[in-house]
Amino acid sequence: MTGKLKAPNTNPIGSLFRHQIFIPLAALILLVLFNLIADPSFFQITYGHNSAGNPVLSGNLMTIIDCGSELAILAIGMTLVTAASGGQDISVGAAIAIAGSVLLRVLCGSESRPTELHAPIFVAFLVSCVVAMLFGAFNGILVAGFKIQPMVATLILFTAGRSIAAWVNNNELPIVSEESFTIFGGYIPGIPIPTPFFIALICFAVTWAVLKFTNLRLYIQSVGINEKTSRLNGLNPAVIKFSTYVLLGLCVAVAALIKVSRLSTINYSVIAKDIEMDAILAVALGGNSLSGGKFNMGASILGAYVIQFLTTTLYKFDVQSDALSAYKAIVVIALVIFSAPVVREKMAAAWKKLRAPKSIRHQA
Amino acid sequence: MRENSILEMRGIYKGFAGVQALQNVDFTLCKGEIHALMGENGAGKSTLIKVLTGVYPKDAGEIYLNSHSGAVQIRSPQDAQRLGISTVYQEISLCPNLSVAENIFLARTKGKTISWKTMNQKAGALLDSLGIAVKPTQQLGSCSIAVQQMVAIARAVDMECSVLILDEPTSSLDESEVEKLFLLMRQLKARGVGIIFVTHFLDQVYEVCDKITVLRDGTLVGEYEIAELPRVKLVAKMLGKELDDMADIKNDIPVYHKDAAAPVYEAEGIWSIEGIQPFDFHINRGEVNGFTGLLGSGRSECVRTIFGADKVMGGSVRMDGKPVTIRKPMDAMKHGIAYLAEDRKRDGIVGELSVRDNIILALQVKTGFFKPFSKAKATKFAEEYIKLLDIKTASVHTPIQSLSGGNQQKVILARWLLTKPKYLILDEPTRGIDVGTKVDIQKLVLKLASEGMSVTFISSETDEMLRTCSRLIVMRDRKVVGELSGAELTQSAIMNTIAGGEKE
Amino acid sequence: MAQTGSANRFGLRSRIRNMSDTNLLTSITIIVFLVMYLCAMIFLQKGFLKPQTLFNILNANASLIILSCGMSLVMITGGIDISVGGVTALVSMCCAVYLDYHGGHVVGAILIALGIGLLFGLIQGYLVAYLEIQPFIVTLAGMFFARGMTTIVNTNPFNVANEAFVKLKETRILIPFLGSYNKRGVYVDAYVEIGVVIALLIVAVMFVLLKWTKTGRSFYAVGGNRQSALMLGVNVRRTVFLSHLICGILAGIGGFVYFMHVGSGSASHASGAEMNAIASSIIGGTMLTGGVGNIIGTLFGVLSLALIQNIVSSVGLEEAWWTGITIAAMLCVFLIVQSLIMSHRKKSGMAESEQQSRGG
Repeated sequence: MTGKLKAPNTNPIGSLFRHQIFIPLAALILLVLFNLIADPSFFQITYGHNSAGNPVLSGNLMTIIDCGSELAILAIGMTLVTAASGGQDISVGAAIAIAGSVLLRVLCGSESRPTELHAPIFVAFLVSCVVAMLFGAFNGILVAGFKIQPMVATLILFTAGRSIAAWVNNNELPIVSEESFTIFGGYIPGIPIPTPFFIALICFAVTWAVLKFTNLRLYIQSVGINEKTSRLNGLNPAVIKFSTYVLLGLCVAVAALIKVSRLSTINYSVIAKDIEMDAILAVALGGNSLSGGKFNMGASILGAYVIQFLTTTLYKFDVQSDALSAYKAIVVIALVIFSAPVVREKMAAAWKKLRAPKSIRHQA
Repeated sequence: MRENSILEMRGIYKGFAGVQALQNVDFTLCKGEIHALMGENGAGKSTLIKVLTGVYPKDAGEIYLNSHSGAVQIRSPQDAQRLGISTVYQEISLCPNLSVAENIFLARTKGKTISWKTMNQKAGALLDSLGIAVKPTQQLGSCSIAVQQMVAIARAVDMECSVLILDEPTSSLDESEVEKLFLLMRQLKARGVGIIFVTHFLDQVYEVCDKITVLRDGTLVGEYEIAELPRVKLVAKMLGKELDDMADIKNDIPVYHKDAAAPVYEAEGIWSIEGIQPFDFHINRGEVNGFTGLLGSGRSECVRTIFGADKVMGGSVRMDGKPVTIRKPMDAMKHGIAYLAEDRKRDGIVGELSVRDNIILALQVKTGFFKPFSKAKATKFAEEYIKLLDIKTASVHTPIQSLSGGNQQKVILARWLLTKPKYLILDEPTRGIDVGTKVDIQKLVLKLASEGMSVTFISSETDEMLRTCSRLIVMRDRKVVGELSGAELTQSAIMNTIAGGEKE
Repeated sequence: MAQTGSANRFGLRSRIRNMSDTNLLTSITIIVFLVMYLCAMIFLQKGFLKPQTLFNILNANASLIILSCGMSLVMITGGIDISVGGVTALVSMCCAVYLDYHGGHVVGAILIALGIGLLFGLIQGYLVAYLEIQPFIVTLAGMFFARGMTTIVNTNPFNVANEAFVKLKETRILIPFLGSYNKRGVYVDAYVEIGVVIALLIVAVMFVLLKWTKTGRSFYAVGGNRQSALMLGVNVRRTVFLSHLICGILAGIGGFVYFMHVGSGSASHASGAEMNAIASSIIGGTMLTGGVGNIIGTLFGVLSLALIQNIVSSVGLEEAWWTGITIAAMLCVFLIVQSLIMSHRKKSGMAESEQQSRGG
């Protein structure tokens, strides 16, 4: 008796519906349609020149890929953390503040308006990476070592982070006047597409390479789905969980570089405010389970851009930045309600009831 | 109802999708009687208890209590409680952060307010009357497990139960704590409470029980007085064998002869945090050995210690003559040991991952973090074993949790075979698999042995072990009590060794 | 096995051993607070010698006390609620708008506050208890929703001019005998604001609820072992729902007390309040894992937190970031101390029972 392998379902549309990436795609399509109907000029892109005389493309779509890129980079790390430990890291905003502050500190020394940079940008970035990864390690130890719930563990950095960031620079707001520094958050001279997008592309490439050329995906998914079995197969769940927090720290450093470079300065209480909500939303919108396990990185990244699309759309309708969070909160709640097992069961049962009469009719 | 009986279950039937868990089972409990309920895996013990306590509705049959005329309907745990049936589970079902007194009276006090003084007084009186030495104000979590269990019993007694079910109460207790528990049980017996004692520990059954009911494969084997059922007979009834059964070992496949005397794995005095007594063990190349004993005797704990799955507390290990350290699964895997765990769902499958990912998991971890298999290679591995073990799955990408239990088991087996181990440990590999495949697996084990692999095979069905093993280690109550080989490998010898105690 | 030795020493040790987790942690908090205050009085002197300083701490933190009571309740039940800060801000803004832009009564404002708190508690309680969604996500969304709504209700912060309200705000309850002399040598009576009275009342009510009512004990049961509580007959869903509901109502009350203290509406009010509430609860002996906690401890947790902030600023470290860092540090220290004590207790509990069984 030989077992035969059935050919996989080759219906492309059908399998698209079932694929995880359908969720952010559907959201994107909805948003696009909404804007098309409300005001097609939303999609206009204009070619012009910025204050430095460089050619730039501007428009809502450019804003989306500009700001969405930072979020996408963060979403990469958040996806890994969520997948491995089944929880979220709410300290990313505060961590970005710290990383940005360290960056400025290295660049500016103790002067708040230096004329020259105290260190090469590359060195400053490296230092901020190390610091961000150390704070990630701190969270990692609490979660993986002390087995504290991720959201609660990261509460500590959430509380103290911005204070630490301010302390790093003695509560001053250093401003960098070096032109080349603005490249990262702005534009490379001669290229009209905002640089963050290219930085994001590099990150996506690196992520893709890591996922392809190492076993990270298998290990993280295995640990996230069944820790006990993972142990019995030779894995060390604590180390794997710990590493995801450190990797998120790396993402934080990159996002901080972009953010600080945009303004060439920092505002400790405002920078990356509420970005953790966006990051969690991006992961959830990407169809990833917030309680860990399998993950689809591409869907998360798409989810990040869709969240940015939502934000930009709301801005267009003159929603205040402070008020944004109310709308996003509703989206989160809706998403979470519909993915709750209790709700799904009720919906499945109701769906069955709706279909049942048909089959009875057939039988009769 | 029979005279003196307080509970009678007649003709109980209970089935789940496709499986008949209970068929025409009777059970009688008399006043002031400690009655053991015994049976191996799948015998139906826990299903019977769940029917009695209202967790499952029965398909057919009647339950009578002496307190009610006519049959009673038990549709929920609350019904059972109201009828005077109380259960104390293996896992502590109390709240460790509350005091002893509070746990006894939780959710049972009348009115909205609590008077601590009255509660503590009543609790104190209850504990004294049962001889439980603990202060009612003490936090439950700071008491030993034994005391916690006795508090649970005290609660049941205070609810004036007439039937008390103790579900594996002694699994986490040491000898002196077991004695204390038995003292309490005898006290309750004197008060007229009927106790159903579900356990695997043979010695304890003979120490404290009056009657035994044996179930096997969902049917009632019989109800016996303790004095009339010597141990060996009990074991025979549980395993379904008659004393004179002689099972021959069929060896169509040649035994491995090369380096037959070289032990692949030797261990001295190893023991783990899970509470088995330190034991020595060795296995030679190409040898198939088994661990036998009743469920709960510690077979799985032994092999888990060998694999490093549980925290190893002591002892020394040599592989191929060289001393090695095996403290965690990765160590064991690196030295060529593989372990198929008993609890497939908890320790075996990674539910949402595909069949392919489940198959390559162990080998992939062994190969290393920076050396992932290409999709093509992984699929090739998977397809090879799907064919070899006849695994029924829609594709290599199907999530393993949608496969049937038997096929899931085959995937896990494939996983470990893929690592080409020197020493393969199989803990209940044939559980939940159809008969034809069971035989295939046994033949596979012998074939692997003939090619030089050492195999440890644990199964609840001793036939299987007799057919494949050349040596059996017998366990009882968490200790190694004997080793059988060669001509000694017969059902009767096994049962005698398991039973131990008085020789017939 | 009674041995001779200093009777006191054995008495104290066995008393500590016999204390429940809750009582032990609470005691530690109270002792720490008293020690800190004593040290402040001895080493820093200055204002700490005046009773009014303590009353000022109470005045400034009355709303935090109320919020922390609700937070402790939810934590004891095994959950968490991080929307309380947002609700406070929303309440302040809504009441401010109502009083000044719509010329409302103070009573109406109070009702609005209660209503908002009740609504949040109802919805969050339902989602957590009956739809079984993780409390963190639900209340995180609640927090963001509340903060967002605050800006939507009114963009700019402003002070309330409503006369009746201002009168209420300025009401001082004098405390005899504890007054002090200010810089000009004039005797000023010690006073507390109305909010403090409300806060202390709520603490008392919650204490009674948690210690002497069946419902109160069920919170502990569910937090201690949810599965067991279910099997023992506790209505777990209702208990969890109630905990969020009460927390929401208390957030509404706390919001109004905060409003009375600051007298204005602003989107940045109570920022970080939820973290302070959690920190206060943890410092006060409420464990994150549930089942352990004491309202009195929480009260002292709030006081300790405020005291540390006072000490830090009077030592000269005035920068804003020192506050955040000290709170986080204190939280960290208490978390670690808690887990060390708990694991020590578990080990010695087992060792003791072994001794007992061997001793016979």
